[in-house]
Amino acid sequence: MFRLHLIPYGTKFDIVGMSRYMISLAVAVVVTCFAFMTFKGLNYSIDFKGGYIFEVTLPGEPAIQELRDELGSLGLGEVSIQQFGGKNNLMIRLGRAEDGKEQEMAIQKVRNALGTDAVYKKVETVGPKVGSELVSNAIKAVTFALLAMLCYIAIRFEWQFGICAVAALLHDCAIIFGMFSIFPLEFSETSITAVLLTASYSINDTVVIFDRIRETLRRHKTMNIKDVINLSLNETLSRTTLTATTTLLAVLALYLFGGKVIAAFALPIMVGIIVGTFSSIFVASPLLTCLNLRRDKIGGDDNRKDGGRSAANIG
Amino acid sequence: MLVVSRFKYAYTIAVCMLGTLFAIPSFVSQETFDKLPGFLQHTVSLGLELRGGSHIQLEVDLRSVEKERQESIVDETRKLLRKQNIKYSKISVQSRGDGSAIFINLKNQDDVPSVQKMLLKIEKQLEVSVSGAQITAVISEAFMDEFAKRVVSESIEVIRHRIDETGTTEPTILRQGRDRIVVQRPGAGDSAEVKKVLGKTAMLTFHAVDEDMESIEAVNPEQKPNLPAKPGVVYLPEDRGNKTMYVPVKKQHSLTGKSVVDAQVTIDNRTGMPAVSIKFDSIDGARKMAELSTKYLGKQFAMVLDGKVLSAPVFQSVLNDGNAQITGNFTMEEATQLALLLRAGSLPAPLNVVEERSVGPSLGADSIVSGKNATICAFIFVALFMLASYGKFGGFAVVSLTANIMLLFACLTLLGATLTLPGIAGIALSIGMAVDANVLIYERIREEIRSGIRAIIAVAQGYRMAMTTIVDSNLTTMVGAIVLYEFGSGPIRGFAVTLALGALISMFTTFSLTKLLIHVWTRRNGNKGFTI
Repeated sequence: MFRLHLIPYGTKFDIVGMSRYMISLAVAVVVTCFAFMTFKGLNYSIDFKGGYIFEVTLPGEPAIQELRDELGSLGLGEVSIQQFGGKNNLMIRLGRAEDGKEQEMAIQKVRNALGTDAVYKKVETVGPKVGSELVSNAIKAVTFALLAMLCYIAIRFEWQFGICAVAALLHDCAIIFGMFSIFPLEFSETSITAVLLTASYSINDTVVIFDRIRETLRRHKTMNIKDVINLSLNETLSRTTLTATTTLLAVLALYLFGGKVIAAFALPIMVGIIVGTFSSIFVASPLLTCLNLRRDKIGGDDNRKDGGRSAANIG
Repeated sequence: MLVVSRFKYAYTIAVCMLGTLFAIPSFVSQETFDKLPGFLQHTVSLGLELRGGSHIQLEVDLRSVEKERQESIVDETRKLLRKQNIKYSKISVQSRGDGSAIFINLKNQDDVPSVQKMLLKIEKQLEVSVSGAQITAVISEAFMDEFAKRVVSESIEVIRHRIDETGTTEPTILRQGRDRIVVQRPGAGDSAEVKKVLGKTAMLTFHAVDEDMESIEAVNPEQKPNLPAKPGVVYLPEDRGNKTMYVPVKKQHSLTGKSVVDAQVTIDNRTGMPAVSIKFDSIDGARKMAELSTKYLGKQFAMVLDGKVLSAPVFQSVLNDGNAQITGNFTMEEATQLALLLRAGSLPAPLNVVEERSVGPSLGADSIVSGKNATICAFIFVALFMLASYGKFGGFAVVSLTANIMLLFACLTLLGATLTLPGIAGIALSIGMAVDANVLIYERIREEIRSGIRAIIAVAQGYRMAMTTIVDSNLTTMVGAIVLYEFGSGPIRGFAVTLALGALISMFTTFSLTKLLIHVWTRRNGNKGFTI
């Protein structure tokens, strides 16, 4: 019977041995990403910096340059005009935003400039205050979520596991942010969700591997930590790649068939899944060897429940 | 041997059936939907970017209300200071930080305690501080918070009335944060109409016109002319078609629009212009109107809306029946709007638009179609991959994946959650992640079989061994999701709900439905031995 096997049975990769190179690579990438974020910054959408977006269909083919000059003369900040899905479909962005009354006047000015025959598909205005609140709110929520997960893992496993998981998570987030900065992709409200999805995928992946490490530690009382981690990683490698593949396939479908908006959202998630899988294997787990893991604590706890019993049954 | 109790059989099947039942209305056409029994006529509600509509975020201008209150305190204090002959060099409201405060400079430092007492008597929520002969007073932050709460909920009430009056269906009006209100309405049309209705405070007041002073014409309509000052009198602008007049009115209003119970558009008999006829409530408004019209018979009386004089007619007769007519330089449309605003009541504070989004229905429909296609493709991709990897057992996983999607839709429907564009993406993604639990178990079973034990025992063993892993990983996700929900806002919250539901449902289907399917299959074929 045919079965698709992405990873053959019984691999014996020395992943912890490779980790020196892999972690150096990860550090280099993260540093690069930080450098880009510091010096280049993110390409924030109007959700964050405030501004106007108009998606319009004009009756005839517009003279883009003239339109740009005309809108530029309105004094509403930087103008960007994009054509999409046909020559007379335009996406117009204006950089400056005010609160209150000026907003309405600005919209009216643009409407006058575009003429009465324009059909508006989408009009968005965000005041500067709303944007900055969104940022602080998102940062607060994500920080607390990370702390909560760290605590949970520390309680269920050991504090070392929590630290490693969060380190891997920070690595993933840094790379996603870096990607937004390097390829200047627009960072919008939806992008936050993309980062969160990546984080939740990555933590899930990491916990599965940690679980196996804990189990192996209990089962093989005398094996040294490095071998325990290597064994656990190899045993879970098949599952790790399978789940990454199914999830990637689903996101690929989003990217290919989801239309413009969803595709922009799917791309960072695809990268995030790959990065998250990488970090669970090559960052989170090998890092455990550096953190003086104490076997007696892990072995002692609830030995009878799962790991212990199965070891007895099989062994 | 995998054990599944009879009870578990029953409730697994019941939950899946119920889930499918509640999920179905979201997928059927409108005609079929109308034929469904009432309790099933609920679908997942779609976010604005999917069905088209407008979203406006308003900020309640609390500072201006605060300043207004401070100014009236200053007026009162000034009066008392004069009466008690306390000398001062300055008394005013000035901006300080992002708010404002009352400043009083006294000539004699000995008067400080009595003035302090005076201020607190006028408004006990003041926080008074003294340095030398200068007194500074602000309204306490705690009181302002309490006040903000009241003003925002009153504003929401008024906004709801006003929007209902425009005939908009299903508007969503929500408080957000301390001083924000979000108004969402589905359907076509842009938000200009709604903004027009919300942009006005619609504070209607009636003031006596000061007879000693004359109205002054503004030479430049953009600029306020130099106006003579008289205590207790303010000049307010009146638009008279081609020119703007500044009319001197008494600061203290005699009557407000709060006592108005009904307002309708009429045509003024004398001028033939549109006007608004109003009816006062009988207890307070009508009696006051009668008193005023007796007192000011034959004299000018100004009707002021949001600081602008609408008109200042002369009382021709005593108004006894509580009916009055507001005239002004109205067009029919303006009169209709004024009548609407008066019926709905005035806002307790001005509102500023800080965010606005509107999406045309065609764009929304496109998004739904592409979202649907993407989700279906995601399902097909994942299903094929599972079948290729695990054969029959992959098939079981696909069945429970289907149940997973149904249950997710059912939960979203029952919770009244709103499906947004990232929400659709979240569903497609959870299709990918939902099979993770199955993959974990199957991989574990494979390992057990390889270690040489009988397949049927390996299945039970695999299930048991994978259990902790699945619970741990899903609980970590849940912990994260709960915190995100607690501290996040808007899209982050929506995401947290989908995430938590996805984790819960995938645990349920794996431990009940997939297990049940495998149980049934192994009972028939298990003794022959099998591989996954």
